[in-house]
Amino acid sequence: MAKTDIIIHDKKDNVGVVVIEKIAPKQECNCWVMENDGSVTIVSESEIPLGHKIAMIDFKEGDTILKYGHDIGKVVKPIKKGEHVHVHNVKTKKW
Amino acid sequence: MEIPKSFLGYKRENKRVGTRNHVVILPVDDISNACAEAVANNIKGTFAIPHAYGRLQFGADLELFFDTMIGTGKNPNVAACVVIGIEPKWTKRIVDAIATTGKPVEGFSIEGAGDIKTIMKASQKAQEFSQWASEKQREECPLSDLWISVKCGESDTTSGMAANPAVGNLMDKLEPLGVHLCFGETSELTGAEKVCATRGATPEASKKFMKTWSDYNDFILKEATNDLSESQPTAGNIAGGLTTIEEKAFGNFQKIGSRKFIDVLTPAEEPKKGPGLYFMDTSSAAGECLTLQAAAGFNIHLFPTGQGNIIGNAIEPVVKLTGNPSTAVNMKEHIDLDVSKILKREMNMDQAGDELIKTTIRAASGRLTCAEVLGHKEFIMTKLFRSA
Repeated sequence: MAKTDIIIHDKKDNVGVVVIEKIAPKQECNCWVMENDGSVTIVSESEIPLGHKIAMIDFKEGDTILKYGHDIGKVVKPIKKGEHVHVHNVKTKKW
Repeated sequence: MEIPKSFLGYKRENKRVGTRNHVVILPVDDISNACAEAVANNIKGTFAIPHAYGRLQFGADLELFFDTMIGTGKNPNVAACVVIGIEPKWTKRIVDAIATTGKPVEGFSIEGAGDIKTIMKASQKAQEFSQWASEKQREECPLSDLWISVKCGESDTTSGMAANPAVGNLMDKLEPLGVHLCFGETSELTGAEKVCATRGATPEASKKFMKTWSDYNDFILKEATNDLSESQPTAGNIAGGLTTIEEKAFGNFQKIGSRKFIDVLTPAEEPKKGPGLYFMDTSSAAGECLTLQAAAGFNIHLFPTGQGNIIGNAIEPVVKLTGNPSTAVNMKEHIDLDVSKILKREMNMDQAGDELIKTTIRAASGRLTCAEVLGHKEFIMTKLFRSA
């Protein structure tokens, strides 16, 4: 089985989590969808460290990030598929 | 995997089952700690549970104190109990409530006698209890005699990916067998509270959950000097890749699998609606949460960790698991089960859940957990407000 670079919790999720030490730009990555034991691939756009998230689709401002199949925050700056998703482009909807 | 049908436990007088056979020397208050510790030092096979409170508490805070002390004594992991307080009234209240289980319990008060005479009398009783308990044998008991509490700590992104959903997988498999289950951490469900509320098994359970969470949130908003975005997620959480409080909460929430909770418990409240999953209103501080769950009668605890929390409990064995490969290696002596292979896709959630069930049954049947071997006996009272 191909080495897993990224884990996606739920098939509805639009972000994945890096599970190797680091992903380099333009790296072709293997993603494991835990919910249905599926596989997809994605080419990264940014360097992304272990435990951090990658965009699985293009996002525009105001879009919702889904992880675990649930709303975990809103996009505050456009994000391209394959880019790093974190506090610089996503904020909580809580406060 | 075919789930084992039984484990080896200690059958108690009230039909509950213990995973441990402790003889506890329980001080009622801070100033009785010295006496309780002296007795435990004299009499092998016993231990004291010193703590910082029990004087001049009042109202709801005093009631929670009594519930915690009494629940600890009543827990089936405790075979027998010696209670020592400064004065007889509160000591007797605790002794009488523990005695309703039918287990051996005796109280001693220090006022008018002094430490030395009290230590002598209490030691004689503790010796009797210790030798009596030492003859108790483990017997085969159905898994439905397990009361499993859960709480996670020092979480990172691996917690939501591996260790927490492994606990959820165990819950999905064991709940249909009639096991009692309990999760808490009111504050760390913030962000997932609306989804958590939908997991109430009845409209009443959902409503009770939302009221409990809202009361907590109102308290935070009243006491906070700013919103929580500076502290939730923490700087450490953010460095580890957690972006929002919602993301952290949903990671935490993986622990209950696809279960629904049948009731919402107040801190230390004993579940009364039969087997199934319960939510308890607790702090997210590990020591406080576990002490409340143990006082409610839970007899074994599962603790998923990311960065490596080292918590134990005075009377409840704590089984620790991690999905973080570095923690599994660097803090090996604290980790009962390593599920980090999930991240490499060398283990799936079904297998991780099965491994956790096996580890849990071994611990329930007597295998000492890492926290027990390392001497972790945390007993941390939840204090609602300052004393008079």
